[in-house]
Amino acid sequence: MTKTVTDVICPFCGTLCDDLEVVVSDDGKQLLEVYNACVIGTEKFLHSQSKDRVTRPRLHQPDGTWKEVSYDDAVEYTAQLLAKAKKPLMYGWSSTNCEAQSVGNEIAEISRACCDNTAAVCHGTTLIAVQDIGIPSCTLGEIKNRADRIIFWGCNPAHAHPRHMSRYSIFPRGFFTGKGQMSRKMVVVDPRVTDTAKMADVHLQIEQGRDYELLNALRVALNNEWLPDVVAGIPKEKIREVADMMKSGRFGIIFFGMGVTQSLSKNHNIDEAIALTKHLNEFTKFSIMPMRGHYNVTGSGEVFAWQFGFPYSVDLTRGFARYNPGDTSSIDLLVRGEVDAMFTIGSDPGAHFPISAVKQIAKLPSVCIDPHLTPTSGVSKLHVPVAFNGVETGGNCYRMDNVPIDCRKVVEPPEGMLTDEQFLTKVRDRLKQLKGVA
Amino acid sequence: MATIHVNLISGRSIQQGVAIEGGKEKPAYRTAAGLIELDPSDLKKLGAWKSTNVRVTSDYGSVVVKAIETTQGPHPGLAFIPMGPWANSIVDPNTYSTGMPTFKGTPVKVDVAMKEPVLLGIELVQNLCGVK
Repeated sequence: MTKTVTDVICPFCGTLCDDLEVVVSDDGKQLLEVYNACVIGTEKFLHSQSKDRVTRPRLHQPDGTWKEVSYDDAVEYTAQLLAKAKKPLMYGWSSTNCEAQSVGNEIAEISRACCDNTAAVCHGTTLIAVQDIGIPSCTLGEIKNRADRIIFWGCNPAHAHPRHMSRYSIFPRGFFTGKGQMSRKMVVVDPRVTDTAKMADVHLQIEQGRDYELLNALRVALNNEWLPDVVAGIPKEKIREVADMMKSGRFGIIFFGMGVTQSLSKNHNIDEAIALTKHLNEFTKFSIMPMRGHYNVTGSGEVFAWQFGFPYSVDLTRGFARYNPGDTSSIDLLVRGEVDAMFTIGSDPGAHFPISAVKQIAKLPSVCIDPHLTPTSGVSKLHVPVAFNGVETGGNCYRMDNVPIDCRKVVEPPEGMLTDEQFLTKVRDRLKQLKGVA
Repeated sequence: MATIHVNLISGRSIQQGVAIEGGKEKPAYRTAAGLIELDPSDLKKLGAWKSTNVRVTSDYGSVVVKAIETTQGPHPGLAFIPMGPWANSIVDPNTYSTGMPTFKGTPVKVDVAMKEPVLLGIELVQNLCGVK
């Protein structure tokens, strides 16, 4: 016999879908089927069951082989590494729960580390812009029930947040949006004709990297002022059409993604997007929201912010929290060769940092805590596999609109495997002994 | 066969998302992310058949990937490599004091490299880092 677990939270992207159904074996040890999830979420659940999964910590040997060690040895190795380092970098956090992040922050404080989350390569520049000029935002529920103008700027939810449009932004029939997608106008701004753009009422195929100009031109169009014939590859008539469409809505929302945060101008693009949102509020109600990637990157920002006062790129080496992106951010620290140990958890900088930063990781004493085999584990000295968060252990996570949601445990992890939180708690306790902290 | 110059962006594709959850050590990851999507007009200028291996070079590095016709085009002059170690071997690491590298908008040149293999994800990073 099998049993079905309902209302399961999907731990893949920031949409945190909460309507999954998972079929597990009667003893709760095997995960058999996943319903309602997108193809990526389904793969995440099913991969936890793969037969070739690594279930014990392993030390990288000079000849390229791996030597299996116990969790106690791994705790000792990690604690010693952090105790000896003068300026360790603790990076990742976005694929683990808030409870583990909080224990991690204690470790960072004791070992005077630099800590950073995956916002560094995702929405870090958004956070800078929000600190510059604030953010008028809302929840995804409000969008489902009210929004009739949806702008996707530099993001491609059809690929990156596959159920975002069906659950919240385009298709659902909400309280004031009873006709579903018929009651909404959809605009996509992207240099490619993405699968999201193909669905849009209007697609502005912008010249790559010219977001600031186009955002600014839309503000000019809102005021009915003079515009050049073409801005960022878009004719002025099209810009005026979109500006009118935005103004004529009852409730609009701008979702933005990596297209603006990772192009040149970076935080200034988002400054201008937020300024456009503010400007639109002179005509109608408008909100703006970053499309967060990892399922708990928002939570990591929240935990950092409430414990250290800053959402990412925190430097604790002086015994108090400092924040100065460019100086205290992971990629800059690595490329400049300023850190002397690397601790990675719940992310894969080996695959997602520029190679010049990864080369530095490979030179350092390093620990990688991740259930998967990744390029990061491949260049780290110690790989500690752990239980999958949101599948084999629960815990608190934050959705992209800052709504906290508790993940559910659906199956048991393989026998003897620790969760992130359990492993980190052991490291913290050992580190306290080594450092003589009560 | 010729050399072409294009503007490179990287980002998520759903195939890449499935592959990272399925295991980055597997060949499926290379199939999903070890590629460059080029506009048909750029492929023509390059003088290459679809699914030919090419070497992509920027000021920051060089990598071999498979050139395919774009799935989300047209976008002449623009090239797309899904986020992952292949794209990150050549992206611009400058953060301009924001902490964020410039993952979108790296000028690159593309040459046909039929005989050179596309490496697996972990293998590629280990090779570039000099780790066994």
